[in-house]
Amino acid sequence: MSDDVSVMTGNEAAATAARLARVQVIAAYPITPQSPVVEQLAAWVESGELSAEFVAVESEHSAMTVCIGASTVGARTFTATSSNGLAYMTEQVWWAPGARLPIVMCVVNRAMAAPWNVLNDQQDSMSVRDAGWVQLFCRDNQEILDTTVQAYRIAERLHVPVMVCYDGFLLSHTMMPVAVPSPEQVDAFLPPFTQPFTVVDPADPRNVGPVVLADPRADETGAVRGGYMEIRALHHRALLDALTVIPETDAEYAAAVGRSWGGLLWEHLLDDAEVVLIAAGSLGTQLTLTVEALREQGVKAGVLGIRAYRPFPVEALREKLAGRRLALVFDKALSYGYEGPICSDLRGSMLGVEGAPAVFGAACGLGGRDVTPDDLAEAARRAIADLEAGARTRETDWINLHLEG
Amino acid sequence: MDTLPRDHDMYEIRWHGRGGQGAVTSAKVLADAAFRSGFEGVTSQPSFGAERRGAPITASSRLAHEPIRILSQVTTPDIVVVLDDSLLAVANATAGMKPGGTIIVNTVKTPAELGLDGGLRIVTSDVTGAAEAAELIVGGQPMVSTAILGAFAAATGLITMESVEAAISHAFHGPAAKKNIDAARIAYDCTRA
Repeated sequence: MSDDVSVMTGNEAAATAARLARVQVIAAYPITPQSPVVEQLAAWVESGELSAEFVAVESEHSAMTVCIGASTVGARTFTATSSNGLAYMTEQVWWAPGARLPIVMCVVNRAMAAPWNVLNDQQDSMSVRDAGWVQLFCRDNQEILDTTVQAYRIAERLHVPVMVCYDGFLLSHTMMPVAVPSPEQVDAFLPPFTQPFTVVDPADPRNVGPVVLADPRADETGAVRGGYMEIRALHHRALLDALTVIPETDAEYAAAVGRSWGGLLWEHLLDDAEVVLIAAGSLGTQLTLTVEALREQGVKAGVLGIRAYRPFPVEALREKLAGRRLALVFDKALSYGYEGPICSDLRGSMLGVEGAPAVFGAACGLGGRDVTPDDLAEAARRAIADLEAGARTRETDWINLHLEG
Repeated sequence: MDTLPRDHDMYEIRWHGRGGQGAVTSAKVLADAAFRSGFEGVTSQPSFGAERRGAPITASSRLAHEPIRILSQVTTPDIVVVLDDSLLAVANATAGMKPGGTIIVNTVKTPAELGLDGGLRIVTSDVTGAAEAAELIVGGQPMVSTAILGAFAAATGLITMESVEAAISHAFHGPAAKKNIDAARIAYDCTRA
């Protein structure tokens, strides 16, 4: 297998996955740290190594609009963005899932302005977590490649778009070995997208994207169709179905390619852990070192990594966390005026669960603030001390914050 | 020349160059060469954020026999590589180096002439001269970013020249690959401790 391993950045891994998925339409606007993804794809389209339409656009809003148009007529589409680019795209970020289009977008996680900052946190994708996309987070470059390929299978089975989130610079610009599956392996896993669900056919004209008001209404044949609320309920149901489809897809991928990523969640040294450290993305990779260090000091610690953030894997989390003493959630984003989004969601999912752990939150890495495994271990020790002092809830712990006074 | 043991847990490497000089390319080719030399865990990364041409920049690499799980910039390097000896005066290249660490400098000076702290293993190589000898010139400037890998191979013994040549051939094609390989070989031969 070693011949298939290349040392590459996370951005190259994402572009390679799009190529292997035989995407047909790519539309994107460059933004740091996403730019190398689409530069690489543009080069492959130009050289003929990738048979796809590359549509250069003047903004992220237009990039998603092109993807929506292309996906509506049945093309397999790809885009990628970061930070303010995602924010500028937001109107269409909502349209794509509402229209049930299986678009795949890589979000190379970067802090939101103001102030300007090109470095990593996860505020950008968190800000659109409610738009109805599946959101998957990656812990290393291999997972970026594998998850981006898997994302098409998930999207096309459920008719929902999938956002593949990975940390800017920490993964996007860091080179590491990545095994590249053969085109034959990926083709066997991911057949062409041929379902007619969204195809526009001149011989079978139809009205795409009509206004749908509150009440159910008759279609052109007279059959009664759902109103807005029914359409949204079906969309919600599709997201909940992803709780099954994501692990199934991961298992199918393992059968075809030989690697799996845990489906909804992943874990490290969790079996007997009393203290569970929780994060999404590459922070989870660093947490594996943290818990190994904590165990050397006699703390039974483990990692539970969030791979699927939307849909939120409530049942899987309850099963993994019941009976633990403490769940410490590290968020690289904040709902300003409240707390980290993963922390809130996790605490909510633990309510009423017998043996639920105390749930504490920590904010870290905002705007690229460095956070080392040692910093994370220190945060874990602070949380354990708070718990032992009797706390059951706690204010968000800001890691490596240097406010004056 | 003495080299470094391959069974060390993890080597942390920091690169010092100037924007446009190719330190990120050096780090990338090193990661590839190290992987080809049997290190299963390798990472290389630029300093995160923006760069300006000519301004001092750094890059980080790590080599190990297991996948690397730390993604922070290297701050306590085992090995420092300096692409341009003018950086020694401005970039604090030895900051945080582990005791007994190796510093590899592209210079025509001898190790003693560099005036670096004691306690470090100082290795020099005229990499710029090697690039000139190989006619590896782009825009009038000798390119040292790949040639320095020859000095790295000689100074550390952690990567083989075969793996450096394979990694260069993977990153460059045709006549460009040959010139880069020639320059790396010359730099390998002129490396002195």
